[in-house]
Amino acid sequence: MTKIGVAFFLGLLFGLGLIISGMSNPAKVLNFLDLFGTWDPSLAFVMGGAVIVTYLGYASVLKREAPLLAKSFLTPTRTDLDARLITGAALFGIGWGLGGFCPGPAFTALPLAATGTLYFVPAMLAGMWVGRFTPNLTQQASSL
Amino acid sequence: MTEFTPLLSLIGGALIGVSAVLLMAFHGRIAGVSGIASRILPPWESKDEIGWRVSFLVGILAAPLVFRMISGQTPVQSVSNNIPLMIAAGLLVGFGAVFGNGCTSGHGVCGMARLSRRSIIATATFMGAAFVTVFIVRHVMGL
Repeated sequence: MTKIGVAFFLGLLFGLGLIISGMSNPAKVLNFLDLFGTWDPSLAFVMGGAVIVTYLGYASVLKREAPLLAKSFLTPTRTDLDARLITGAALFGIGWGLGGFCPGPAFTALPLAATGTLYFVPAMLAGMWVGRFTPNLTQQASSL
Repeated sequence: MTEFTPLLSLIGGALIGVSAVLLMAFHGRIAGVSGIASRILPPWESKDEIGWRVSFLVGILAAPLVFRMISGQTPVQSVSNNIPLMIAAGLLVGFGAVFGNGCTSGHGVCGMARLSRRSIIATATFMGAAFVTVFIVRHVMGL
């Protein structure tokens, strides 16, 4: 139960971070991506803040023997580059550039119930589900 | 136009980072939203991993409501009303994130923070693809 309760608060914190940073607004994301138009550099500050805090935090957390509520740390171990990684990232980037939503912000924007979001999220879940069934993917996913 | 918000964006980003660090500290897991969400969909690899994933996602969904309770404001947003475009975008984002083993949070935040080679390449790839897409949509097609 503790595991589930803590996860709720961490999800909430994550979502509040997305809202406060402005990332639940696709217009802000698209303006970051529009270098030659109405450029808004905010997203770089979001990524910068998140990566620096995570880098420092992981460094101390991963020195421990085990997490507080689970048996072991599960971090990806692969270092090879393959076509799947690049293809997936490229398709993801195209979709992100079209809609201005990536998965976290799309979920946190869902209760605000904008028409575009109400179509985006089910389509995203369908895409994820199809992705799960694409050959070899489940094997890889379980190693994450 | 959207307003450049360096301080709020930095603070919000830091909160995302704190969440990612604590999820590793408590659950030993990467805070990758596409990984967490896609594994909630059936078939399930392991049933005892579903609870915390659903709960984390419910937390993300609760955020705008909690934000409104605390601040009295509804988060500002402007979402495209182009339905075919948003469906195509959603399919690509969902499929691409699972196919490429991560999204902005898993690769862009957690993976970059771990200095993972795969995540750095993936982040550069999706950023590049997104910059090109927005350029084509806004400046070539003029939408």
